[in-house]
Amino acid sequence: MIKRLLALALVLVVAFLVFPLFAQMDERAEVGALAAAYLSDGPALLGAANLVTAVVVTYRGLDTLGEVTVLFAASAGISLVFGTLGRGTRSADAKNRDDSRSTGRQPPSELVETGAALLVPLIFLFGVFVFVHGHLTPGGGFQGGVVIASGVLFAFLAGTLHHAPHRLLGVLEIVSGAGYVAIGLLGVWLALGFLDPRFLPLGEIGRLFSGGAIPVIYVLVGVKVGAELSGVIDAMRQRSES
Amino acid sequence: MTQILSVLSFLLMGIGMWGLMSRRHLIKIVIGFSLVDTGVHLLLVAIGYRTGGTAPIVSDHLPAGLLSERAVDPIPSALVLTAIVIGLAVTALMLSFAVRMYERTRSVYIDKNKELKW
Repeated sequence: MIKRLLALALVLVVAFLVFPLFAQMDERAEVGALAAAYLSDGPALLGAANLVTAVVVTYRGLDTLGEVTVLFAASAGISLVFGTLGRGTRSADAKNRDDSRSTGRQPPSELVETGAALLVPLIFLFGVFVFVHGHLTPGGGFQGGVVIASGVLFAFLAGTLHHAPHRLLGVLEIVSGAGYVAIGLLGVWLALGFLDPRFLPLGEIGRLFSGGAIPVIYVLVGVKVGAELSGVIDAMRQRSES
Repeated sequence: MTQILSVLSFLLMGIGMWGLMSRRHLIKIVIGFSLVDTGVHLLLVAIGYRTGGTAPIVSDHLPAGLLSERAVDPIPSALVLTAIVIGLAVTALMLSFAVRMYERTRSVYIDKNKELKW
């Protein structure tokens, strides 16, 4: 009880200290100088219709490379925690867990199986659509990758996929990660700097083949995010089944 | 709009922080983290909004010339876009730690884990 009161008091003190910052926030009529420069020069300079993508992939491309690295570190951590680290205690725990789980796992119903057979290819297609059109419409590599990983999860739940293709996932991760860095280095060599996408023709704004290397980078990011999150799902699945 | 969104994100972060500190169940603590995370995303998007602004995407309705007059700030949107996916990965990592803690201590309550106390 006293702990809870202390926690409440602490939350209230922090809220009291921070609230003026939130309450004073005014709506802006104009964007900042940097954003204004991006908005006025971005479309002509990079040929990407979606300015958010231009910021993610080009203006702040190095940050995005860092984010992909963080994602890799997180998924490697999950594999580590669920894989080799857990193996020692697993055999001792297995009996306990079998006792607690009296009925075992129910197989997926026919409805789920048929629905998965119909929907999983469509979900994959939609994920690919989202990251291929990332420079034209709302969406991009991160969202498309998550959509693909959700399709993998659905396939596991419905029992259409029993074992994740580890080798394929590993190859996809390596190729897309290395390809991302290689395209960045091509930018140094052929254009003005690291991750500069303008060594490919910019094309007409709003077309699928436009924006230089931006769509290529986003496809690689999408493949990498999809493969990594599928690996996370697979690690959790293996853990729950063993 | 910015005021409404920032007050809402303030509330969301407050609820998340309260959950983080008052709950003892590991999964509920992770949910508290996610609520704080969502509040931060909402705050960033609110900062990027401008009066009457629309999405910074060139289309038939918004030609490139009008972009600097009508589009919202694209930088916070780009930050939030990546932050959501990173938040997902970090939440998955926290849940995996929660599973390991459960296996070690046979309890989902954080105060049963004596090794954390000093």
